[in-house]
Amino acid sequence: MATGQAIDAAVQLDNIAVIRGGRLVLQQLSCHALAGDIIWLRGANGSGKSTLLRLIAGLLPLASGKREVAGSLAMADENLALDYTNTLEKSLALWAGMDGASASAQADAMAAFDLSALAEVPVAYLSAGQRKRAALARVLNSNAQIWLLDEPYNGLDNANSSALDDQLIRHARSGGIAVVAAHRPPTINVADTISLSAQTKIRAA
Amino acid sequence: MSGFASLLLREIRTAWIGGGLWLPIIFYLAVATLFPFVTGPDKALLAATGGGILWIAALLASLLPIERLILPDREAGVLDQLNLRGWSDEWIAAAKIAGHILAFGVPLMLASIIASALIGLPEERLATLLIGLALALPALAGLGVTIAALTAGLNGASALGGLLLVPLAVPILIFGAATLDDSPGNAMQLLLAISLAMTALSPFAAGAALRAARE
Repeated sequence: MATGQAIDAAVQLDNIAVIRGGRLVLQQLSCHALAGDIIWLRGANGSGKSTLLRLIAGLLPLASGKREVAGSLAMADENLALDYTNTLEKSLALWAGMDGASASAQADAMAAFDLSALAEVPVAYLSAGQRKRAALARVLNSNAQIWLLDEPYNGLDNANSSALDDQLIRHARSGGIAVVAAHRPPTINVADTISLSAQTKIRAA
Repeated sequence: MSGFASLLLREIRTAWIGGGLWLPIIFYLAVATLFPFVTGPDKALLAATGGGILWIAALLASLLPIERLILPDREAGVLDQLNLRGWSDEWIAAAKIAGHILAFGVPLMLASIIASALIGLPEERLATLLIGLALALPALAGLGVTIAALTAGLNGASALGGLLLVPLAVPILIFGAATLDDSPGNAMQLLLAISLAMTALSPFAAGAALRAARE
């Protein structure tokens, strides 16, 4: 739901390398995504999918290569970033307020992932799948042009998986970019699939 | 930035819910309650030494909330989400410090009125104590958030936090306690100066610590 932004979203990574904790996690990786692209990331556990998402988000420094990202970002990773003691609606409202989303937009985003009935439930009492949906509702509500989703299908039932598919298609049609790290093969048309191999971890000097 | 106010309110709410608000206050009042048992009910002695004890108690009470200031938000991904929205680490630290001043400093000031009654501090000394604490608490909050950012996630973070905070807070304690017997107001001016410097520097120090720990 990226609308009204003046610039076209773009993600460009050129021959990047990332070192985390003294280990080379990613190397010689390039990725180009333009407005309307969905990029599917695949790879075994520990192959660097989450690292790549955090790198695009600008949360990790590059060891070498070039990173250029144009457009606003939203991320849903394994960290929920919602207050466990607060109700789902109020926890989401903190971020909605920062993203400039209205209360009705938040209600729509929650309805898109079937969360309306859980609005008054404290986040601590939500199931794993419900928490995942809450993080996705925050991404949907953020109006960001670039979505970074880490294992978004984990814990989702069939109905919500297809709801996520629908939202990804709508996001891409409206000129957004989505980078999705998932173990399952894509059930929607994707612009590119990047397979990360669990490469031999070379100790960095 | 519109999010600054909501983040600040969230800090106060987290302190209220998580017990971070009450623990330092109860500790502070406990010191004030126990002190007369140690010295005996000598009114003159209590009036002369009580203010200094309350300064020490305030400094030690500021150690208690350190562990919950940064670590929970880092683990929950709140800091990541703020960075993602273009918040600089310094700005996050400034919001945390402002929230901590309100969630820790203001209740401590109110508790000081009760504590000084328990110790039997004369009224004019209570006024001096309150002014001094009001000047020093922003610096203590800034130090607390900086040390929380430095030690978040380390083994023995709370012990290390105490080790770091005590020497850094010594100037505040010296000038703060000196304000109690300070007729021309020199100590008050020095306290204001050191507190301003610490408060102004702490968002940058804490921001640098947040950035260094992000990986």
